Amino acid sequence: MSQKTLFDKIWDSHVVHSIEGGPDVLYIDRHYIHEVTSPQAFKGLEQRGIPVFRPSLTLATADHNIPTKDQHLQIKDELSRKQVEKLTENCIRYGIELYGLNHIYNGIVHVIGPELGYTRPGMTIVCGDSHTSTHGAFGTVAFGVGTSEVEMVLATQCVLQTRSKKMRIMIDGELQKGVTSKDIIMYIISKLSSGGATGYFVEYSGTTIRKLSMEARMTICNMTIEMGARGGLIAPDEITFNYLKQTKYFKENPAANKEINSRGELKSDPGAVFDKEVSISAGTIKPMVTYGTNPGMAVAIDESVPLLEKQNSKESVSFLKSLDYMGFKPGEKIAGHPVDYVFLGSCTNGRIEDFREFAGLVKGRKKAADITALLVPGSKLVEEKVIKEGLLKILNDAGFELRQPGCSSCLAMNEDKIPSGKYAVSTSNRNFEGRQGPGAKTLLASPLTAAAAAVTGKITDPRELL
Amino acid sequence: MRKEKLNILESTCVPLTLENIDTDQIIPARFLSATSREGFGDNLFYDWRYTGSGEINKEFVLNNPKYSGEILVTGKNFGCGSSREHAVWAVYDYGFRVVVSSFFADIFRNNALNNGLLPVVIPEPDVQKLLNLVREVPGTVVRVNLIERSLKIEATGKTFAFEINPYKQECLLNGLDDIDYLLSMKEKIIEYEKMKGY
Repeated sequence: MSQKTLFDKIWDSHVVHSIEGGPDVLYIDRHYIHEVTSPQAFKGLEQRGIPVFRPSLTLATADHNIPTKDQHLQIKDELSRKQVEKLTENCIRYGIELYGLNHIYNGIVHVIGPELGYTRPGMTIVCGDSHTSTHGAFGTVAFGVGTSEVEMVLATQCVLQTRSKKMRIMIDGELQKGVTSKDIIMYIISKLSSGGATGYFVEYSGTTIRKLSMEARMTICNMTIEMGARGGLIAPDEITFNYLKQTKYFKENPAANKEINSRGELKSDPGAVFDKEVSISAGTIKPMVTYGTNPGMAVAIDESVPLLEKQNSKESVSFLKSLDYMGFKPGEKIAGHPVDYVFLGSCTNGRIEDFREFAGLVKGRKKAADITALLVPGSKLVEEKVIKEGLLKILNDAGFELRQPGCSSCLAMNEDKIPSGKYAVSTSNRNFEGRQGPGAKTLLASPLTAAAAAVTGKITDPRELL
Repeated sequence: MRKEKLNILESTCVPLTLENIDTDQIIPARFLSATSREGFGDNLFYDWRYTGSGEINKEFVLNNPKYSGEILVTGKNFGCGSSREHAVWAVYDYGFRVVVSSFFADIFRNNALNNGLLPVVIPEPDVQKLLNLVREVPGTVVRVNLIERSLKIEATGKTFAFEINPYKQECLLNGLDDIDYLLSMKEKIIEYEKMKGY
């Protein structure tokens, strides 16, 4: 029997039809939608006069556009309010379950899907959002799609996709203290570059990965898109199944436990061939921070901004434009640089473990006077845990307040914008120009590094505070 | 639903000599609150076209009267980042029909093909040469032939071949839509569901 990768096993079992010389018709087990990328898809159905084919396989949430304060009040921005209302209207009309604003399960689409058990090993999953790659942490083939494809899934539960090439990234060894899964993925992106995995689906493997929690694995799969990959995935194991057993879906569906008993199949065969293999030693990774305007422009926190001579000549225009935007010079040290804002949250680092890490570091310390901190849980359930576990008290004692769930400052569609010219240490996934607000200067980092900046007011190696 | 057909396009080009242009630059998130597909062209590259105070940024290539046309030539990894199809709608709505680069982000490429915007991939050194030529000779006319899968510089006759999935080529040439195709597959999809025990 031929030896297959996990990706190919899942893909092959979902092919409804292969078009000769063209893409595959791929069946989608789980479809997530949110307010920003779905309205035009529903409008398309309306124009065609067709229903949603399998409404029970789509789950909706409002996350991108919503405020993170006073959520019980009406959304102030008119366009945002209309977009959220449109989602509610569409979900009612087409019979789609909606965990909208103020619902007990509301939250960022890539946080709630896994934490409620809607994302399960072996599935194909899409959402009109590039960070759908997050769900790959459960051994799924999960990828972001555009609105036309959202319409395809609503209409037929299928998308037309060309199979990706396969890359395996092996990460072995012990992580240093103060180094998190965020640093692992930022390190990988800095080595492969922001377009280095374009055309690939990445499987993460190795002893380091096996020890990581589901939250940590999700952070890695989440940012896989930032090196251009179609998605990332990790074979499920005991850690995966123990996580799932605590979720709403598994508690309500005891039969689901049977579903995971066939888990032995869900891994790459020993002789499976990958189009590209990368090997990384976990012990060499340090806390990472970005200095430029794409996630590939990152260095270890004790290093300096690279020198111009290190850039390929045709890349130097983009490199210098990027540094100019950030206000950095080639060769400049990053540690010690003053910071104005700190953002803890997003589908990358808005989970309970991230709040535990942040709270652990700020415990017994005080927020630096000049820092404005936005602490935004990824979901209502995360918010609830932050309170129940006593983390809120620690945060409050250190001078921080907790906001309500949403995508918030990660893409700043709501009011949570970083003002022009201000430096923000952000646990989110993109440091693109203006991503956190026009003129905002983003430095991506882990929750620990964000906490270190929040209490010192400058870029600080978290290892010095642990 | 039928879309505008694309076959042969002759046009001057706009050179955008940056790499890794992400969808947040193509259409910033604050313009994504609309619920229709139209009108995004006004905000294409907004933060580069306008200064912080809302004035026209004369430095930016789209504001340079020397350059115009339906073909955008740009550095590698165009369209990386978010999956927002609004980025493609903005590029198309502004008036571009073809984007030339050495590679595109996967989701952007799919979105482009689903909206009648042709992503043309040619090797990196050729993109650089084309960028230099178009920048120095703004009136340079390029002919993109989708049937022959070729891009030709009219003045010199220099021709570059590009690849496109035959299915997608057919769709673009005929203005066909993936959803129509998938809807025609309904029986097969239901058969698949039964086989899998859904």
